[in-house]
Amino acid sequence: MMHFRFTQSAIDTESARRELQTPGAGGYVSFEGWVRDLNEGREVTRLEYEAFQELAVKEGERIVAEALRQFPVKHALCIHRVGSLSIGDMAVWVGVSSAHRGEAFDACRFIIDEVKHRVPIWKKEHYRSGDSGWVNCERCAAAPQHTRHAEHHHDRVAVPNPTEPV
Amino acid sequence: MNRDKATLEYKGKTQLDRAFELASRHVTQVFVSVRADQTLDPTRAQRPMIVDSVAGEGPIAGIRSALAAHPKVAWLVLACDLPYLSDAALDFLLSRRDATALATAYTSAHDGLPEPLCAIWEPSAAEALAGYQAGGGHCPRKFLIRHGARLLEPQDTRALDNVNTPEEYRQALATLDNVSPMQLKIQYYALMREQAGRSEETLETSASTPAGLYEELVARYGFTLSRDQLKVAVNSEFSDWSRKLEVGDAVVFIPPVAGG
Repeated sequence: MMHFRFTQSAIDTESARRELQTPGAGGYVSFEGWVRDLNEGREVTRLEYEAFQELAVKEGERIVAEALRQFPVKHALCIHRVGSLSIGDMAVWVGVSSAHRGEAFDACRFIIDEVKHRVPIWKKEHYRSGDSGWVNCERCAAAPQHTRHAEHHHDRVAVPNPTEPV
Repeated sequence: MNRDKATLEYKGKTQLDRAFELASRHVTQVFVSVRADQTLDPTRAQRPMIVDSVAGEGPIAGIRSALAAHPKVAWLVLACDLPYLSDAALDFLLSRRDATALATAYTSAHDGLPEPLCAIWEPSAAEALAGYQAGGGHCPRKFLIRHGARLLEPQDTRALDNVNTPEEYRQALATLDNVSPMQLKIQYYALMREQAGRSEETLETSASTPAGLYEELVARYGFTLSRDQLKVAVNSEFSDWSRKLEVGDAVVFIPPVAGG
């Protein structure tokens, strides 16, 4: 199973979710990162994502493999979008299935945090004022090393049907 | 190949001259190993020579003669039919030298066996080689297998390919013509792609590490990111800034990332 991939088009969360299903899973946690209209006080109209895909896939696979070693979960998958995205579009999706919910939340959190920090993906913000800038590369150019990244989305955590036993 | 392989020319130089110059950049003194009947050979005669002084034929006599001529030093022994051999390959071999072994040698990328003719032979090998030859042995590779050597896998699997046929010679000529000594492929992403005005290029450089290469590129393109804001990848894997770059390496500088 591939655990990390890119897509040029909208992320199909339904089919991604099905990849995680297994009889031993009692539940599933997912995270969706969405493009937000405001970042660090500036109005954003769209984002462009690009990736060094050959290395990004390797590093993404390593992150998910680390999560699978650290947390007793069943399956995990991360899909990242590249290209031009509008406000509200989903930029990244992480899903984790496991026997119990606690480790699924933990693994999901771990994967999204590490992906944002380690995988060679970049985004360029286009502002309502007409200019644009690469996040973490320009306005933060004085930062001494790879910085933690600006959050670009609402944190929406989805859990399965609450009536289902988890 | 019905020709003296040392006289084959690449880019206007005989392989003997190329090997001699390559070795000269890494060791204090270089000699050409010759048989007694080769001392007047025009390709070889203009270089300092070590004439075979021990009985026997082939490379083993040359290696033993060198060890006899200067018994206290270690010998970097190179064949004269390795057109792909690079400074990087010799640097790596020399940096991994194990002076307590009889020899430090590369293994063949094809069969994993030791390559006695791209190897460092230690003074201590002299006596063992004499005994091996006295016992009827004549093959330095078998000697290394039997007596043990510090073995290294080549980083560049082609570095030790030799030229034995006209077809292999043609291939080597074509390859060496296309790739000049430090040609690298660079890919640019995000802010650096915009500042360089291109997403990739092949360029010649005298830089030997990613750190040196970045300095060159800053001078050329005016990149605004400082090196400590970047990571670097070589051949699609994260790398040290001080890694020794090799011909044909693909280098990517990685600006601060911003996934999610």
